[in-house]
Amino acid sequence: MLRLLARGSGQYGLAEIAASLGLPKGTAHGILRTLQRVEFVEQDQESGRYKLGAALLHLGTSYLDANELRSRSLNWADTLAARSGQEVRIGVHHDGAVLVVHHVFRPDDTMQTLGVGAMLPLHATAFGKVLLAYDASLARSPLTSLTRRTIVSPQALERVLAQVRAGGWASEAEEYMPGEAGIAAPIRAFGGLVVGAIGVSGAVDRICDSASRPKPALVSQVASAAEAVSRALSD
Amino acid sequence: MAQRYVMAIDQGTTSTRCILFDHSARLVSVVQREHRQYHPRPGWVEQDAVEIWRNVDRIMPQTLRDGGVGADQVVALGITNQRETAVVWDRHTGVPVGRAIVWEDIRTEELVGELTARPESSGIRERCGLPLATYFSAPKLKWLLDNTPGLRERAVRGDLLFGTIDTWLIWNLTGGVSGGLHVTDVTNASRTMLMNITTQAWDAELLSFFDIPAPMLPEIRASTEIHGKTTRVVPGVTISAALGDQHAALFGQTCFAKGETKCTYGTGSFLLMNTGDTLVKSEHGLLTTIGYQLGGEPATYALEGSIAVTGSLVQWFRDKLGLIQSAPEIETLARTVTDNGGCYIVPAFSGLFAPHWHAEARGIIVGLTSYISKGHLARAVLEATAWQTREVVDAMAAELGVSSKALKVDGGMTADHLLMQTIADVLDVPVLRPMVAETVSLGAAYAAGLAVGYWPDLEGLRRNWHLAARWTPQWNDDDRQAEYANWKRAVELTFGWAKPRKR
Repeated sequence: MLRLLARGSGQYGLAEIAASLGLPKGTAHGILRTLQRVEFVEQDQESGRYKLGAALLHLGTSYLDANELRSRSLNWADTLAARSGQEVRIGVHHDGAVLVVHHVFRPDDTMQTLGVGAMLPLHATAFGKVLLAYDASLARSPLTSLTRRTIVSPQALERVLAQVRAGGWASEAEEYMPGEAGIAAPIRAFGGLVVGAIGVSGAVDRICDSASRPKPALVSQVASAAEAVSRALSD
Repeated sequence: MAQRYVMAIDQGTTSTRCILFDHSARLVSVVQREHRQYHPRPGWVEQDAVEIWRNVDRIMPQTLRDGGVGADQVVALGITNQRETAVVWDRHTGVPVGRAIVWEDIRTEELVGELTARPESSGIRERCGLPLATYFSAPKLKWLLDNTPGLRERAVRGDLLFGTIDTWLIWNLTGGVSGGLHVTDVTNASRTMLMNITTQAWDAELLSFFDIPAPMLPEIRASTEIHGKTTRVVPGVTISAALGDQHAALFGQTCFAKGETKCTYGTGSFLLMNTGDTLVKSEHGLLTTIGYQLGGEPATYALEGSIAVTGSLVQWFRDKLGLIQSAPEIETLARTVTDNGGCYIVPAFSGLFAPHWHAEARGIIVGLTSYISKGHLARAVLEATAWQTREVVDAMAAELGVSSKALKVDGGMTADHLLMQTIADVLDVPVLRPMVAETVSLGAAYAAGLAVGYWPDLEGLRRNWHLAARWTPQWNDDDRQAEYANWKRAVELTFGWAKPRKR
């Protein structure tokens, strides 16, 4: 359908599109509606004819502006911090690392510093594991050992990433910094593409139970915050 | 027992939001709908009150569905609204006589000039706490009555009702033509120029000055008061609070003590300081207003610095110049450069509000050279909000002889980190964001929940305030002084631009 629209006059009515592709009108209309929602196709207000959308031009570049992501997730990041009692961050992939684009303080009114703009390693943080798990194209830079718990074997990392995809969330305990742990879940844009990760982090005893496993209540809070942000992005 | 919640409706300038909060003031669900802005002539800004009402009709049930909450679990509803915007409708049909005239609208500029020239105008500020300006409801209402044939007669006969948006929504929610309540709260009434700021009742002298028929005015009530139950949309919910959006934000930031201050960044930006039981008459261009009034208690006063154009400048940059796709992208664009390149934008779109009150001022972009890129313009857009904040903070300090040591902020624009950092830089004090950026809605929910005993007292609410982010100043003093001086020169260039039209 996109190839058809790229041809000739570049503007087609629904009937022409359906006829050219040998599709029932209803089916063609459904596909057009979907393409319109992701802005791959635009409909002329007056003629009702369809043409290629502006989003196609930006396919190769950044999918979602980081400041837009922060703005749309503000309410739900705040709510996650209030529910969990932990500090909340949102990370996106940038240049082989996790770029922190949003940070909400732990709600205990202790002195804390805004960490927006920090770069974190992909393989040693919960945010990074989420980003790696859902984007096979991300380069696997050398798995540098940061603590004695950092995953340094590519096979071991692949196993963990498979678990992340199966469970829909990632965690990390003392793999980046001794005494620190984190939980993160994927933020999806409309259409399901993972555009970032939201998560909580802090001292191991706050994030994990006595067996060094992430607390189930926190996992479900993080997962529901990620879903809420994803819904907000689809609106 | 099932969980119980409080609902807030925040009817803002560009959109209407419905939010459910739980007992710990955490957001449960939120639904938002934008409404159309009409600009039929330069300086005119109108909205369709019926469209706003239809939006409420859609988002209230949707918010309950999203949160998985039944109407019987909602113990209270608080309403907060864009202020000053004036609606007039027929009490028998419920149909507005025309589009609502929005607070930013400056069609009454000439009318305000004529009114100011009258000798009686000198006593106006003393009575209502406000300077004569296009911003407030009374000139808008007078314009409608003067310019619509037959309207004044219908108003005198009692066929028409006037209200700010709180009044319009409560009237509709409580039945409309079948027994709808015609009420407003004291904070909204304090923005009309028709209420006496000392007695908090409609003032006969003000009504006669503006020639407003008394039968069309709503009853003034406290900010927290059980108005009654909704009979439409989601029937059976207790409406127990109404207050203007900026007053709700003051409440949501838990600025309950004298001297506590907040600034809300939205379409415009508004710095409010709680002045307790003291009615401060400003000599530095600030407004005297009601902070809030709890049912059965005396009103709490506030001092306000109103900035007309902040977020709306970003929207203009997006919609009219088309340099960005979405408002948050202004930060991305601004970060492509490291400073403003010598360029300043003074967005005097509706004249300049506090502390200048120059109705005839119009916006400028100054300092253009071939070096200036769209990135510099984006910086200048954000810096305009920061410097306008500095001006009202300075006015507040001059008024009270003390300057504050930090600024509490809220509103959608707090998502813009570059803006927040710039505000810290130009004010030279830390900027603090609380955990709930939707402070306007939270304040309405607090007020509503307090009225029905869902939250016991103000101190309990204070404990819900937590710091979510802090920005600390980074500029050096010399740069700050030099930039401020440039900004002030740019502001002076806007004065005296608009001239009355020759007839």
